[in-house]
Amino acid sequence: MTLASLLVQLLGGLAGASTLFLTSAGLSLIFGVTRVVNFAHGSLFMVGVYTAWTAGQWLRPILPGSAGGFWLAVLLSTVVVAALGALLEVLILRRIYRAPELFQLLATFAVALVLRDGCLWLWGPEDLLGPRVPGLTGAIPVLGMPFPRYDAALIAIGPLVLGLLHLVLTRTRFGILVRAATQDREMVSALGVAESRLFTSVFAIGAGLAGLAGALQLPREPANLGLDLPAISDAFVVVVVGGLGSLPGAFLAALLISLVKAACIALGTVELGGFSFAFPRLTLVAEFLVMAIVLVMRPYGLMGRAAAAPRSLATTLPAENAAGAPGRWPWGLLVVGLILLPWLAAGSPYTTVVLVDVFCFSLFAMSLFFIMGPGGMHSFGHAAYFGLGAYGAAIVLKASGWPMLWALLLGPLGGFAGALIFGWFSVRLSGVYLAMLTLAFSQIVWSIIYQWDDLTGGSNGLTGLWPAPWLSAQVPGATANAAYYLLTLICVAIAVLVLRRVLDAPFGLALRAGRDSPQRAESIGINVHAVQWAAFCVAGTAAGLAGVLYAFSKGSISPDLVHVGRSIDGLVMVLLGGVEALAGPLIGAAAFTLLQDTAGRSFDYWRAATGVVMLLIVLVFPQGLAGLFRMRRRPSTT
Amino acid sequence: MTGQATHSTLSRTVLLSVRGLAKSFGGVQAVRGVDFEVGAGELLALIGPNGAGKSTCFNMINGQIRPDQGSIRLGNPDHSKELVGLTPRKVWRLGVGRTFQIAAVFGSMSVIENVQMALLSHARELHEFWRPARAQHRAQALELLDAVGLADQATLPVATLAYGQVKAVELAVALANQPRLLLMDEPTAGMAPAERVALMALTRRLVTERGTSVLFTEHSMDVVFAFADRVVVLARGEVIAQGSVTAVRQDPRVREAYFGSGRLT
Amino acid sequence: MSTASLPAAASPILAVSRLCAWYGRAQILFDIDLTLARGEVVALMGRNGAGKSTTLKAIMGLLDRVQGSIRLEGADIRGKPAWHIARAGLGYVPEDRRIFTELTVMENLAVGRQARRSDAPLWTVDKVFELFPNLGRMRNRRGGEMSGGEQQMLTVARTLMGNPRVILLDEPSEGVAPLIVEQMAAMILDLKHEGLSVLLSEQNPAFAGAVSDRACILEKGQVQFDGSMRSLIDSPEIGRAFLGL
Repeated sequence: MTLASLLVQLLGGLAGASTLFLTSAGLSLIFGVTRVVNFAHGSLFMVGVYTAWTAGQWLRPILPGSAGGFWLAVLLSTVVVAALGALLEVLILRRIYRAPELFQLLATFAVALVLRDGCLWLWGPEDLLGPRVPGLTGAIPVLGMPFPRYDAALIAIGPLVLGLLHLVLTRTRFGILVRAATQDREMVSALGVAESRLFTSVFAIGAGLAGLAGALQLPREPANLGLDLPAISDAFVVVVVGGLGSLPGAFLAALLISLVKAACIALGTVELGGFSFAFPRLTLVAEFLVMAIVLVMRPYGLMGRAAAAPRSLATTLPAENAAGAPGRWPWGLLVVGLILLPWLAAGSPYTTVVLVDVFCFSLFAMSLFFIMGPGGMHSFGHAAYFGLGAYGAAIVLKASGWPMLWALLLGPLGGFAGALIFGWFSVRLSGVYLAMLTLAFSQIVWSIIYQWDDLTGGSNGLTGLWPAPWLSAQVPGATANAAYYLLTLICVAIAVLVLRRVLDAPFGLALRAGRDSPQRAESIGINVHAVQWAAFCVAGTAAGLAGVLYAFSKGSISPDLVHVGRSIDGLVMVLLGGVEALAGPLIGAAAFTLLQDTAGRSFDYWRAATGVVMLLIVLVFPQGLAGLFRMRRRPSTT
Repeated sequence: MTGQATHSTLSRTVLLSVRGLAKSFGGVQAVRGVDFEVGAGELLALIGPNGAGKSTCFNMINGQIRPDQGSIRLGNPDHSKELVGLTPRKVWRLGVGRTFQIAAVFGSMSVIENVQMALLSHARELHEFWRPARAQHRAQALELLDAVGLADQATLPVATLAYGQVKAVELAVALANQPRLLLMDEPTAGMAPAERVALMALTRRLVTERGTSVLFTEHSMDVVFAFADRVVVLARGEVIAQGSVTAVRQDPRVREAYFGSGRLT
Repeated sequence: MSTASLPAAASPILAVSRLCAWYGRAQILFDIDLTLARGEVVALMGRNGAGKSTTLKAIMGLLDRVQGSIRLEGADIRGKPAWHIARAGLGYVPEDRRIFTELTVMENLAVGRQARRSDAPLWTVDKVFELFPNLGRMRNRRGGEMSGGEQQMLTVARTLMGNPRVILLDEPSEGVAPLIVEQMAAMILDLKHEGLSVLLSEQNPAFAGAVSDRACILEKGQVQFDGSMRSLIDSPEIGRAFLGL
């Protein structure tokens, strides 16, 4: 590697930083004023890429070969995406500003699903190649190495937009109102500022920035349907690293992350003491590593300040519900019924197959509930522990050749180990920061699994994970998978009982204490972080067990197990059932799994359909499902 | 009169000794060289205008904020412990309890669970994963609730109580580990006059029975005058006066910086 | 201004009738009736949790669920968004100050600035600084760097920039030093002198007595007493029953 090639890589990093900053600045602005973490922001970026492509197609015959056509297309898609943002704000977000934070995330995630399928419908599944920009084709020499002209132009755009935004925010009344609303929107409204108009315009500007970033990205990257999730997770990381709501912070963070990535590529594979390390492989996780390091050192990001008390979904658990054990009888009856089911349903063998899924996801949801409800920690990466359990078991089985039962016992330790490491970092944060850090960790797990071909089979995953012969044997008079079904049922039932018991024990009480009032808990000697960390470990182990059981029921696993989509599925299950009742996650998991199984398989636009259902849930119950998620209020209201 | 006050403080054993305490936030000196002592069994009021550094002092004693300079020693001078550098948890384990301006209780729990939580923590039983919590330390918790007059409300969710009762719950929680010193941050904020007097009378009775000292901040002068043994006045981060209620009341600097005419409070 | 057909005293500037309000599913206010005459200062009194702040928030349009009628100079403002109510001439000063700590004094005032409607007293930055000379000396200081008393003044100044006709003051004496309490009392009388009407919630009887013409006592979300300050002082049994005196 020469100095010149390093420099060109770093300059390329700077060009990437510009579009990354534009997307993140939009996300940051929107969050600052509306307090909504817009999960659909990556989708708006993607729509920007597609509209720029279409606008380019339209304009090419009218303005052939001129640079003006390209920039006009960029402008057009910025405006179109801004208008789309305004529309989304008026139709959806406006209705959920008072809803719990987690509901807002789910709603915007639902929007992301709908937008993705919208793009599929409008532009089809094929990649669409962007144009070369007239006047900016070719390269300029940097120390003798070629550097794309277009990238050089991009480098200038980032600081330009930052400067412009800064001027607007400090010199105009609109900017002052935006900054005031960032701190206290209710007060701004009480002073006579029409907040609805302010919010719509901020949302439009934020969306427009995402659209602009997308349009500018088109010459570097073809339009495709896989752009949304990476864009949103990159933007999240930048915003969180920079500090929520801080534009200069976002700019710094975008630079830092892009340069670290560029440096990883430039370094290539390095031999050190006979050990070779491929730095380019690090690019997938580099940003998350940067984020983890920054957040541990500065919990509110590079330029962030401690946010005002985050509204928590962790509502009041009814005292009697946590203390007593209501309805022991119905649950006992249900378990007995489920034990008999393989014989009762011998005629429809698929029933017990679906129910194994239901059991696995019940435990998965219950373990997520464990840290989310009583713990008040909203994990957005719970699939990591599920996946680590599954892969742990698979690796024990494949690599060591030990029997399946050992894999079943040791696999959950994969989830435990993940929770032990990630939990230590995560409990230091709260609210959105915690959610994003957990998301980042699950992305790290995903990319490690995806890349470590030798151990995990990479994108192909691992196959041939069948239960021991005695668990696959045909039980007389029962469905085909009866033996494994019963094993799963028993494991899940015991694990759920243990989790309940732990919640009723002093540890569970301490966990709730830390959620209700960390200040009070610390001042009566409770080490809140230690309690939360331990809770992470318990939940990680349980999720790991769920993953193990799931892996053996399918016979094969792939990195999809750890995908962010599965973490979101877990959240939907918990919310569907309600975070107040201990039975909630079980009911939610059952309902969600059955729904997805019946409706999800045969329909092209199933993502959009899921999204619409989620939106309906959130919009029809803006304060939460049937009052199950009552917002927490202080006991005193004068 | 002042001589008498000095005599009475000297005759007590010192429980908490604060020396040269200083703290600045981003270049602003919030507290600069504060010295005072709390005697054993004493109720000491820390008063002063908003932003005078009262909360900062509280948070430094409590371990929430680390001072830039100075020492905070707990216990009589012969074998005292330095509190600077300890976490709030450690400070609590040494016997310093605290109540907050806006009563901090565990909102999802019942009244008795709030107290049980403190007792469980005191007994170092937080990491018990199996035995149900509701059966543990029940009798002792009921005794404490009886002392603050809430035995009948023990099983109610704390969220359903009136604010005055929530304050009493917090007091029971704060007394659960038999503290040597209780820090009370504006204990009567947001309460009606009669409630204020009742809460402070209760506090005084309980701490006297237990030999606990109290350091409290307060804006309501009737409470300070009725319940404080001694007063320390802070202004702009410095102690501008300290002594008996009567002495401080007549101090012209205190009138100018804090009391005004005293007509409205 | 041309004279109205009714004498001013007969048409209150703010009239609340049968006001009910909820937090979530819990009803907090029950059929509150309340009037505020032009240039009058009325104190809403009562214990913590009686519904004082809730009444002010309900009038200001800050609660999700409110029933009854709230008329500002005859026009019903119930159910309107807070910004609409503010523009109609109601100024709201919240209890915990809530100034914009990242903004300078001038920027805080800029957020509050609204065009004047009809006959409300007109406020300019200069006139506001006349009332609060302290603030005039720290125009470019950030809100977060001000003392508690200065912040308290800024919340009022910011509200005045909207040229309100009526000011709702939530617990102005709560949690501030005695000296500042006196300044707040003097300021309320100044505002009254300027022709503003003030509805304040207050627990401190000495303060309420010093600034108000009338008192309205709430208990468990209902009005228990409504009369002149004098009649309240003359009947100590009311104070004992509802104010915990």
